[in-house]
Amino acid sequence: MNPVDMTTETLRQQAKQIKADGCRFVTVTCLEETEDTLALIYHFEKNLELFHYRVRIPKDKVVPSLCPVFSAAFLVENEIRDQFGVTFEDLEPDFNGTLYFGDSDVVTATPFCRFGVKRADG
Amino acid sequence: MIRTVFKNFVSPRATRPYPIEVRPAFEHTRGELENDVSGCTFCGVCAKKCPSACITVNRKEKTWRLDPFSCVYCGICVDACPGECLFHTTDHKKVVLHKIPVVLTKEDPGLEKPEPGPA
Amino acid sequence: MSNTILPFGPQHPVLPEPIHLSLTVEDEVVRQAVPALGYVHRGLEMLTRKKDFHQMIQVVERVCGICSMMHAMCYCRGIETLMDIEVPRRAQFLRVIWSELHRIHSHLLWLGLYADSFGFESVFMQFWKIRERIMDINEATAGNRVIVSVNRVGGVRRDLSPSQCWWIGEQLDEVETELKAIESTMLDNYTVKKRTVGKGVLTKEDAWELGAAGPTLRGSGIARDMRELKYEALDELEFEPVVETGGDAYARGAVRFKETLQSIDLVRRAMARLPGGETAAKVKGKPEGETALRVEQPRGECMYYIKADGSRFLDRLRIRTPTFANIPPLTAMLPGIELADVPVVVLSIDPCISCTER
Repeated sequence: MNPVDMTTETLRQQAKQIKADGCRFVTVTCLEETEDTLALIYHFEKNLELFHYRVRIPKDKVVPSLCPVFSAAFLVENEIRDQFGVTFEDLEPDFNGTLYFGDSDVVTATPFCRFGVKRADG
Repeated sequence: MIRTVFKNFVSPRATRPYPIEVRPAFEHTRGELENDVSGCTFCGVCAKKCPSACITVNRKEKTWRLDPFSCVYCGICVDACPGECLFHTTDHKKVVLHKIPVVLTKEDPGLEKPEPGPA
Repeated sequence: MSNTILPFGPQHPVLPEPIHLSLTVEDEVVRQAVPALGYVHRGLEMLTRKKDFHQMIQVVERVCGICSMMHAMCYCRGIETLMDIEVPRRAQFLRVIWSELHRIHSHLLWLGLYADSFGFESVFMQFWKIRERIMDINEATAGNRVIVSVNRVGGVRRDLSPSQCWWIGEQLDEVETELKAIESTMLDNYTVKKRTVGKGVLTKEDAWELGAAGPTLRGSGIARDMRELKYEALDELEFEPVVETGGDAYARGAVRFKETLQSIDLVRRAMARLPGGETAAKVKGKPEGETALRVEQPRGECMYYIKADGSRFLDRLRIRTPTFANIPPLTAMLPGIELADVPVVVLSIDPCISCTER
């Protein structure tokens, strides 16, 4: 797989283009690349072929959500918010980090990160 | 519908009266995990390979310890055992009151491995 | 009348697994549904830090009990891609046989639960009775009834003897006869149709846009089955994806019923063509690189993303399960239907919550 690199600025614009091409939203993978950066890999599908787009972000950056383009993205973006502490803009519905962990103490932690980050509004 | 009703009257029942009639176990069923300690060298390969970390081997004291309640019955240890002394019986674990681990030593061997039947 | 918010689940008679839905209802009609998850979240993806890549097979099998074989197969395929291992042809056929057996027993389980959700208890019993034969096949060939644990990196751990193949064929004939006997009850019955036709309609466009997967997508008229990717031995076994155009609960049920019969046929053909030879390739070294791949599970497409850095432990394992993809379509299906139909519609996507949360 060869992910195409994108930036957070062009993310939503390109997503619109991808949608206009008739692609289907598959999922988003978040992974921790270094101590301070995360990578979001967006997976799309068309004619049985997967397309990958990678966005590298610093940990405290607010990422524009894909929800206005692909409304199905809300679940996976909420999951990433829970597990990695990434904040998404225009997320609808926004569970604010309580999708899996409810209102327990875990909400302030980012359990899927090797190097913990303090949440902005934890 | 009448046909179905009559058919159900004469056809045998689909269930088994369980404790009275028990279905014989299949030959390859992975039941309880046993160790025929007479062939065991306490090498610890099973403990290393086990995905649920239910086996602990003490090479110095020559003890083989199994927590049957963490075991997931995957049979990885049986495949990996170089001495071929680990095996699964065809019976499933019975219900117990207390979770007691199985500890086997050379002096205190477990079951003997049965001879393989005709293939 | 003003809106009322009704909690649905996590404990509900029709739900085999815990999911919570906040239903905003106006009189008896649902206006909005908001899901809440987290009752069975186990953090299995993060176990890659504690279990090495061989042991992870047994972990991914436990993501979802009922499609355990497919999870392990997808994971092993990913690792094999990273390590450039060529799986022997016989192992590829055996993987197809076991995975299709899993599809049959998962669909039969679901058909039973589905019948139960609209109160058809006797059909529920019938389907589960039929399913028992498949469980016996699993136990006799692989050792366990559900989590068969037959996969390993490089091939399979068990083999089928000719006499076992013959016996499986015999059992599948019985399954097919018994299924055909209740086909009309499931697909042509007045009561069943009354409870399912037109309930929870998902249009073709919505299904595509919301990323629905598996029978939910095919029930809306889109022929998309990941088995078309021809993975393992499927390149030799041609088949047509089952498609229904209704987009309602009935269509999704019909897709699954027909897929069960199709899978029986696939297992038969795979057994007839089963080649000889080894069942596993030798594995040396450690995986390195990243890959994303998909297989078709009973509930739909499942995507694995694997990133390895050449050590015993994987860097990142991401599992996108079919139910995870089917929850946004579910929230789109529910508005507009009556409260009494909510259980039927929720079950019609075959929700597997332990899959979803992992």
